[in-house]
Amino acid sequence: MATETHAADAAAHGGEAVGMPQLDFSTFPNQIFWLVVTLVVIYYVLSRIALPRIGAVLAERQGTITNDIVAAEELKLRAQEAERAYQKALADARAEAQRIVAETKAEIKADLADATARADAEIAVRTAEAEKQIAEIRAGAMASVTEVAKATAVEVVAALGFKADAGAVNAAVDDKLKG
Amino acid sequence: MATEEAPSGLQIHPMDQFIVKPLFGGDAIHWYTPTNVTLWMGLAVVCVVALLVLGTRGRAIVPSRVQSIAELAYGFVYKMVEDVAGKDGLKYFPYIMTLFIFIVFANFLGLIPGSFTTTSHIAVTATMALAVFFAVTILGIVKHGVGFLSLFWISAAPLVLRPILAIIEIISYFVRPVSHSIRLAGNMMAGHAVIKVFAGFAGVLGVGAVFPLAAITAVYALETLVSFIQAYVFAILTCVYLRDALHPHH
Repeated sequence: MATETHAADAAAHGGEAVGMPQLDFSTFPNQIFWLVVTLVVIYYVLSRIALPRIGAVLAERQGTITNDIVAAEELKLRAQEAERAYQKALADARAEAQRIVAETKAEIKADLADATARADAEIAVRTAEAEKQIAEIRAGAMASVTEVAKATAVEVVAALGFKADAGAVNAAVDDKLKG
Repeated sequence: MATEEAPSGLQIHPMDQFIVKPLFGGDAIHWYTPTNVTLWMGLAVVCVVALLVLGTRGRAIVPSRVQSIAELAYGFVYKMVEDVAGKDGLKYFPYIMTLFIFIVFANFLGLIPGSFTTTSHIAVTATMALAVFFAVTILGIVKHGVGFLSLFWISAAPLVLRPILAIIEIISYFVRPVSHSIRLAGNMMAGHAVIKVFAGFAGVLGVGAVFPLAAITAVYALETLVSFIQAYVFAILTCVYLRDALHPHH
């Protein structure tokens, strides 16, 4: 390109660039004209098509992001509410369970006390009965012992060769037994 | 010229790349003649349309790669106008976007080997700088009338200093289009000329050409950076001038 430029330039200007081509004022109208055309075209493309479009896309994106954030906020609130409800249900269930446990415990205690009282009463009744029987047996035994003692005493007295007075012997035995 | 250093053998024409010449032969350059200026400005328009119109065709909420770049360019300039010129400067955003996107593409197209860099010409940059200068000056006078002159009357300074500062401010105001245009054209021209000089050395050094080639690579990387930065500088200075026109009171 450089040599081409040079060759073309040699044809156009009869040699290489003399000094700075930037200061070749004969090309200024040309450059300024095409610059103005270019800038006007770019300005129209930008202001009519590109900039409104990009601005709209950016605004739309901003709107979408804002909406999404709002929606997320809402969902978060809902989740928090659900959690609160769950916690409340859990606490309620726990309280209910505790109440049932306490009630059951009280019931069992009452039943137990009742049963204990009944058993105690029965034991008392049985004990009284047994004591009575024992007393009866003891009384019976005592009577038998007295009788045997009296008979034995009479026999012993008789064996000793004395004439036993049954009445005196009995009285003596009773006396001994009491003593 | 480099040719004067070594008349024999070493033929370097670093400025030839900037010559404006007709596209279809002939040697007369009228104001309407299609030239290489026309071609490379036309290609810049094609690139602008490809990026900002075709690239955003999908209008996607989740953008494609090209659409992302278009949105980045839009957001970059939009934010710059908003930050520097203020909210009321956003009305002029399409104009600044036009200048910025044209300069960016003209600069980058100029980096293609063998291409023609339209923004290396003072005619081009001075036209844009003068357009900005007159636009903001007229805007300032229309918006503020005589109040626009308070831009030169620094009320924060002591009274005795104010006339002196006013002269300095007025001079610097009128120098603006000069620095505004020469900064861009000078940067573009110098970088491309340096690359061309190194390329000329590479042509005659044989094996030693690796050194100029390495230098070309380095300068090319620098020029890539400069291409963007100069477009940015041109646009941000335009925003600064616009701010002065909208809010002349310091």
